[in-house]
Amino acid sequence: MSTPAIEIEGLTKDYPVGFWRPRLRRSLDHLTLRVEDGEIFGFLGPNGAGKTTTLKVLMSIIYPTSGTARVRGKSIDDVRMHREIGYLPEQPYFYDYLTARELLEYYARLFGFGAADRRERVTRFLERVGLADAGDLQLRKFSKGMLQRVGIAQAILHDPQVIFLDEPMSGLDPVGRREVRDLIYDLKREGRTVFFSTHILSDAEMLCDRVAVLVGGKLQGVGAPAEIVSMQVYAMEILFETQVGRTLPNSLANSATQIGGRYRAEVPEEQLYPALEELRSCGARILSVTPLRPTLEDYFFKLIASNKTVPQPEEAVSR
Amino acid sequence: MSAIAGIVAINTFREAVRDRVLYNLIVFALMMIGASILVGEISIGIDRLVIINLGLSAISIFGLVMAIFIGVGLVYKEMEKRTLYSVLAKPVRRWEFLVGKFGGLLLTLAVNTLFMTLGLAAALFYVSRQFLRTDATILVAIYFILLELALVTAFALFFSCFSSPMLSTLFTLGIYVAGFFSADIRGIGTVTRSPAMQAAARVISYLLPNFRNFNIISAASHGDAIPFSLICQNTAYAALYVALVLIAASSIFSGRNLK
Repeated sequence: MSTPAIEIEGLTKDYPVGFWRPRLRRSLDHLTLRVEDGEIFGFLGPNGAGKTTTLKVLMSIIYPTSGTARVRGKSIDDVRMHREIGYLPEQPYFYDYLTARELLEYYARLFGFGAADRRERVTRFLERVGLADAGDLQLRKFSKGMLQRVGIAQAILHDPQVIFLDEPMSGLDPVGRREVRDLIYDLKREGRTVFFSTHILSDAEMLCDRVAVLVGGKLQGVGAPAEIVSMQVYAMEILFETQVGRTLPNSLANSATQIGGRYRAEVPEEQLYPALEELRSCGARILSVTPLRPTLEDYFFKLIASNKTVPQPEEAVSR
Repeated sequence: MSAIAGIVAINTFREAVRDRVLYNLIVFALMMIGASILVGEISIGIDRLVIINLGLSAISIFGLVMAIFIGVGLVYKEMEKRTLYSVLAKPVRRWEFLVGKFGGLLLTLAVNTLFMTLGLAAALFYVSRQFLRTDATILVAIYFILLELALVTAFALFFSCFSSPMLSTLFTLGIYVAGFFSADIRGIGTVTRSPAMQAAARVISYLLPNFRNFNIISAASHGDAIPFSLICQNTAYAALYVALVLIAASSIFSGRNLK
């Protein structure tokens, strides 16, 4: 069996909360995960779910209370592991007194690249993220979207095998998001592993080979989007137009909603054909019939709703 | 210093330059010009002494202010602004980062001191139209100021690893003042009859850095020769002390959960 790209075992992180009588708040609760080489892996969860905490632990920005993690077989405590990974922090902050080119040069130096290699890489990656013309501009003059692009460039500058992206689409316009999606696909085509956290579920659904859903620090499910979301059709959506002056059939009068000059109705699958027959008999024009399946978003919200009834994993611990 | 620490140091120096830290040199230059003109008017025969005293004191004070106020923010600012995140995701050990920040500020202080030394030399030449052989002591005094600044920077960095910039400033200033009077603290022990107090005063005075050892401004202004043994002794003392403080700072910083 090949070495997985990322192995996380029982990762737990408690934070002390309060000054006089500190309590421990569990932000990550025995997270165990395995990401295979070459996967695009989505890490989903609402704000405060523990996504960024997980990434910070993997980057050794914070230390776990318990548990271990390895990237390409190397422990996260091993500084050599950092040669094989790239990391885009959430809302990336960089030295704003530097230009984009100087910043990337600085990071390239930390990897020990020679002068010619550094220059070539910096130019290539500025082009790759669409900042070729802004390379000599100080970062304090950059927009949020441009900073995000610099962040992506510094994360892949050294051709890492595993790339961790914390909310990579955040702050980007639709064009920028599309470009980041394409870049993630390109990284996968190059055989790299991409582990990214997001709360934009459509992006995860579109991009990921597998996703993990984290709520309240606990892992709720892992699998391909199609696996964790039931593919069973729960209703049929009918889009139709009626002739002027004709009334809607009784069975759809209550459920149909008017959008512009059209109607939209959701009916159970077994009632589809009777409903279509009724619409045909009253002279309606059927525009489309679409089976409705639960989306990742539905799954996500259902999880969050069920977790609201469960107490948060917080415990008072005397220090 | 490792290669990584060197890269971090150069970037820290670049930050200081771009943040216009060296603008303090303008104030120093104006002060030296003013003093040179004024000294020529009011003092007879002691103009050199006044200029050397004033120049060296200014170099020391300007350096101290920079070492403390920039030193306490060096790492704290990186944690606060989260610029540290992308650096620590690279193959950079925390101690290398810390030593690099220390080296960067030391380089800034050295460049700053070099320009101030040139300013002092110009003022000295303006008032006496000559350099004396004994002026070499001024260079030794400036070297000692640099050693002192290295020690202060190490302490500022150490405190900033676990406290806010304001507290770190107070702690560093406290250490500086206490260190300046460490010999007097030892003296307190001799006037008490309690052996415990005597021992405590002795231990505290030895633990505190002895900043007075680095102050030879008076000797420099009088052109007194400084024994070579003192230069070696102060160099070794500062190097050892800085190393110990940086090791302590690194061990705290390495174990710390960042925000």
